[in-house]
Amino acid sequence: MSALSFQGLNVWFGEGRDRVDAVKDASFEVAPGESFGLVGESGSGKSTIMRALTGLAPHWSGHMSVNDRPVGRRRDRTFYKTVQMVFQDPYASLHPRLSVDQVLSEVLWLHGFGDIEPRIERLLDDVGLGPSFRFRYPHQLSGGQRQRVAIARALAPEPSILLLDEPTSALDVSVQAEILNLLADLRTEHNLTFLMVSHDLAVVAHMCERIAVMQAGEIVEVLGVEEMRAMKPQHPYTLSLLEASLGYRRESA
Amino acid sequence: MTDLLDVEDLWVRFPTRTGMFDAVRGVSFRLGRERLGIVGESGSGKSMTGRAILRLIRPPGQVDATHIKLDGENLLDKSEVEMRAVRGNRISMVMQDPKFSLNPVMTVGEQLIEAYQLHARGGQAEARKRAIEMLEAVSIRDAERVMRAHPHEMSGGMGQRIMIAMMLIPDPELLIADEPTSALDVSVQGQVLQIMDKLVQDRGMGLIFISHDLNLVAQFCDRVLIMYAGRVVETCDAHKLHEAQHPYTRGLLNSLPRFDAPQKRLEVLKRDPAWAEVPSVGPRA
Repeated sequence: MSALSFQGLNVWFGEGRDRVDAVKDASFEVAPGESFGLVGESGSGKSTIMRALTGLAPHWSGHMSVNDRPVGRRRDRTFYKTVQMVFQDPYASLHPRLSVDQVLSEVLWLHGFGDIEPRIERLLDDVGLGPSFRFRYPHQLSGGQRQRVAIARALAPEPSILLLDEPTSALDVSVQAEILNLLADLRTEHNLTFLMVSHDLAVVAHMCERIAVMQAGEIVEVLGVEEMRAMKPQHPYTLSLLEASLGYRRESA
Repeated sequence: MTDLLDVEDLWVRFPTRTGMFDAVRGVSFRLGRERLGIVGESGSGKSMTGRAILRLIRPPGQVDATHIKLDGENLLDKSEVEMRAVRGNRISMVMQDPKFSLNPVMTVGEQLIEAYQLHARGGQAEARKRAIEMLEAVSIRDAERVMRAHPHEMSGGMGQRIMIAMMLIPDPELLIADEPTSALDVSVQGQVLQIMDKLVQDRGMGLIFISHDLNLVAQFCDRVLIMYAGRVVETCDAHKLHEAQHPYTRGLLNSLPRFDAPQKRLEVLKRDPAWAEVPSVGPRA
């Protein structure tokens, strides 16, 4: 049993001589309740894997499954009830002319819930926003509050799997700590499985148990967080990435 | 040592419907030929400080200061025309996002040549030669091809290096870098920092490095100002940043996830309204 499984996944954009292979033969599995991280440079294909799973990147081949059910070309409502995504930029992912109430009730209505009123209140409570935020518009919220609304929207269909695409990279470190704590709490409370993309290795090490390292569309290594913290990866690329992320070292003249 | 830049009691204000908003409140600092980091959260006034030095704050925003001296000359006394000779030539600024600061409809080469010709009287051939030299100085291989390319053909890291090349053509005394590496990958970030570091060491340039990344500033800079709500709450040597005393600085440092040591929960910054009230820390503190 696996919550998410990818076997020989290829994702590409464009055709002919413009074809770009964004993900090449990627395989990994995420167990239920696990938190799995994807790291790599920009353009290495980490977000593309998520986008292929959710149907945002239409050209793919290989095998993907959610809770052991294969994902086809068309995704049904159960898929979207199981898998939800939180995007990178809370300034761009919320509709500027819809209030928090409208955003959440639309999702709840689409998923066929009847008791929308109490659910909205519970969702806002879950993400640490009081009922006073319910009728605000995105421009009346700070970055951290917007990301909380985006998380509430993702939680609305009661998913078991959350895809987190750089959920805190647009936020200040103090706000990042709040959001990461919130995500950790929600994971315990709702028994969630996380697939998380981040370029910040410290964030991934804090949140995830296993980490896949990507380079130029390929997964070069899957390693446990302990090996990563101990700086003992198998692959030289992982080591260079780890060293680069530890910060700037002045070249000795 | 004479100070390259001496800022005394700098205020930046914006009128709003609810009264005057003070974005920067009484900031003073001095800068020699060194790397000075300014850190703080978004909205703490760090970018505004950088812009105010170049007098880039547009009305209705107001800039007040006892003085902003560059090599002893007060920039506030200069006319707009005189300021134009300062901007670029003596103080350059690198902005955060290369996508928004390069002209999308000009080739990189045209933009670099334009930058050179604005600041130095030189022929086309001379300008071209300098532009290619500068691209090579920021370790761009294949400079000839990059000269012919448009900005959208460049990756973020290359775009940022091109921006730095453009800023360096007039050979400024002071470079203000506003989050120059925030949009870049860690591996590219290292290269960009190395280029700037080399320029400080080789040319004796001064650098103001504005960033929200505390670890990076601690490693890269010589001295750090920590800003909160428009004020400098603490200043210290960069390598001693991790021993900082102010509760705000401590709170920021503690809220970072640690790579080397797992934590159960991250500490959340608790703000004290008193932090915003105390006067800025002076230049010699």
